[in-house]
Amino acid sequence: MLNTFVVYVENKPGVLNRVASLFRRRNFNIESLTVGHTENTGISRMTIVTDTDDAGAFRVEANLYKLLNVISVENITAAPSVCRELAMIKVAATAESRTQLMQLAGVFRARVVDVAPTAIVIEITGTEDKIDGLLDVLRHYGILEMVRTGRVAMSRGANGNGATLAAAAAAGAAADSGAPLLDTDDGMIAFSV
Amino acid sequence: MKMTGAEILWECVSREGVTHVFGYPGGAILPAYDALGKFPAIHHTLVRHEQGATHMADGYARASGRVGVAVATSGPGATNMVTGIATAMMDSSPIVCITGQVGSRLIGSDAFQEIDITGITLPITKHNYLVTRADEVAGVVREAFMIARSGRPGPVLIDITKDAQQSSCEFTWETTETPSHPARPDRRAAPAEYLRALELINSAQRPLILAGHGILLSGSLAQVRELAEKANIPVAMTLLGIGAFPASHPLNLGMMGMHGEAWVNTAIQEADLLIALGMRFDDRVTGNLKTYAPNAKKIHVEIDPAEVNKNVPVDVSLIGDLRAVLQDLLPGVAAGEPREWLAHIAALKGEVAVRDIQNLPDNGHLYAAHVISDLWRETGGKSVVVSDVGQHQMWEAQYYKHEEPHTLITSGGLGTMGFALPAAIGAKFARPDEEVWVVVGDGGFQMTMCELATVAQEGLDLKVAIINNGYLGMVRQWQEFFYDRRYHATPLVNPDFEKLAQAFGLHAVTVRSRSEVIPAVQAARAHRGTAVINFCVEQEDSVFPMVPAGAALDQMIRRPNPLVEASTEP
Repeated sequence: MLNTFVVYVENKPGVLNRVASLFRRRNFNIESLTVGHTENTGISRMTIVTDTDDAGAFRVEANLYKLLNVISVENITAAPSVCRELAMIKVAATAESRTQLMQLAGVFRARVVDVAPTAIVIEITGTEDKIDGLLDVLRHYGILEMVRTGRVAMSRGANGNGATLAAAAAAGAAADSGAPLLDTDDGMIAFSV
Repeated sequence: MKMTGAEILWECVSREGVTHVFGYPGGAILPAYDALGKFPAIHHTLVRHEQGATHMADGYARASGRVGVAVATSGPGATNMVTGIATAMMDSSPIVCITGQVGSRLIGSDAFQEIDITGITLPITKHNYLVTRADEVAGVVREAFMIARSGRPGPVLIDITKDAQQSSCEFTWETTETPSHPARPDRRAAPAEYLRALELINSAQRPLILAGHGILLSGSLAQVRELAEKANIPVAMTLLGIGAFPASHPLNLGMMGMHGEAWVNTAIQEADLLIALGMRFDDRVTGNLKTYAPNAKKIHVEIDPAEVNKNVPVDVSLIGDLRAVLQDLLPGVAAGEPREWLAHIAALKGEVAVRDIQNLPDNGHLYAAHVISDLWRETGGKSVVVSDVGQHQMWEAQYYKHEEPHTLITSGGLGTMGFALPAAIGAKFARPDEEVWVVVGDGGFQMTMCELATVAQEGLDLKVAIINNGYLGMVRQWQEFFYDRRYHATPLVNPDFEKLAQAFGLHAVTVRSRSEVIPAVQAARAHRGTAVINFCVEQEDSVFPMVPAGAALDQMIRRPNPLVEASTEP
């Protein structure tokens, strides 16, 4: 079952590598991974889709939290959420087929963003299903090139770690709830959850 | 005060309470070594190979409960540390490794002795750092030590460029702040989970405690003992859990798993409740997961949430520091007396026990098990024993009865041959007043025997028992059982270990018969300084019982050898 995680991470060199390496090491295949800035400088947001069961999803989350640079992890698979993907598709076009292609794009609420003598570029935003649907009808015309961003997702409503983080950032500190990550006891091995 | 990055490094390290570091110099770490001279309170041990430095730091950490520190240069110095870092990672041992790196402007240019050690060690460290500026050093060092010893302990690597060591900046310890990191979600169990756990414990007819390394790491020996004694629950130990419960305690069963005693594994399979404390259901402990403890409810107390339900699905998980969880749990535990269950286990034990290996006939052979057993008796079970990996490691676990915590140090998770000698050096520095024995096979010994030079240079007092059977014994055993006795690449042509040790200026002796064992051990103990005993033992002896890899836990290959048959005769 596809699980979607929204992961906030510190925007530092090597963090993407740490996250990706964790999935590889723990034998979870990443279906898609997107990274981008957030409204808070210093914090990046990842949407990661991986195929695993509930126990696996819990382990992904628990392992992600073992990375120091991970700020928060939300598994939004079961939560009400909006998932989107963006694709650009370059399709072979002739004078005759161009009109048909533009009509098809219209049906899918996609946009034609470039027109050349022998090709057009269509941009579409939507769920993976919708993009797959458009691809199905375009294939017949000859797809020359395609790029998909992978899934980005956000939970619906006012909840979500993003809101917490924004509030924390306003207060000048990262989210400060739950148990401390680090125990500062000196000497003997110290413990925290 | 203006200080160089190198000076800040040692100032911070020494503020963390570090008094011993193990290392090997080289170009990229030279500024740090130069500055080390200004810190006489830090004793530096020059190792012979950087892997040895990491094992020494690891052994030091396990013996002391403090963070161990290893130092190496860039490139090959750093890559030589990889095995030791992975060993520490698998066994949750807190070490900090400091490596030099080429100048920050050279990074990425394939400069001489440049290697991406933070990339290489990413999956085998809790965290690692590349430090390129002197003003980053202090914060990173503070954080690195905190990470190494907090939560589930583990290794941290700090890679410091040469220019970061050489350049200067303002520094005061008091104003050094560690970079703040976000809090983790609170996964401590809800009161309802505690109640469920108590319900299971108080109603179990055939309960069993599985005691792991976490008991030693969390210092919850007293709580575990109270739990066991209050409810009369027998205790089985993992390899790294040995010492977490006194061997002579009537509720102690011994080691579980692949080479655990038959009664232990049978008890696990028959139990109706397993209380897993600070252990992670490693495959060497569970055997075939599909058939593992089929009748048992499982309670898992574990600090690392990622370990819960990883291998064995559990009924109740109590995430958190073991000591805190047990303290909360204990008041609700009812006094119990599972008489039938204890009697049943005692009967299982009676069936298969090698009751007292001391009294079993040797028929003129020198068995490794006898060597270990004699060593245990002579040392009163009170020495710190550092074992390597292989047959001798299992015999040590079976026949050396550890009464005290932190007296067995061994590579469990990674199974790193060559661990014992360097780890024992670290352990000796941590506990100089205690007798430290190395129990090592002839194969593993030759992987890191160069550290005998370190032993000699430091004038250490170690006792080394080489269990020499002329084979890579455990591999040979697998070849015997599962590969039709095709002994490919397992016979060893060994050097004369006695002469070898003497070449390092160490006391050495070779033992070939049972009657020489105790005198040799006594002489070694009486000798002031390191003594090496080369025990030439039975060549094709095997470790029993054995659960073949992937088999059910109670499908054991039992001891077929004449030792047992003799013991069962009236």
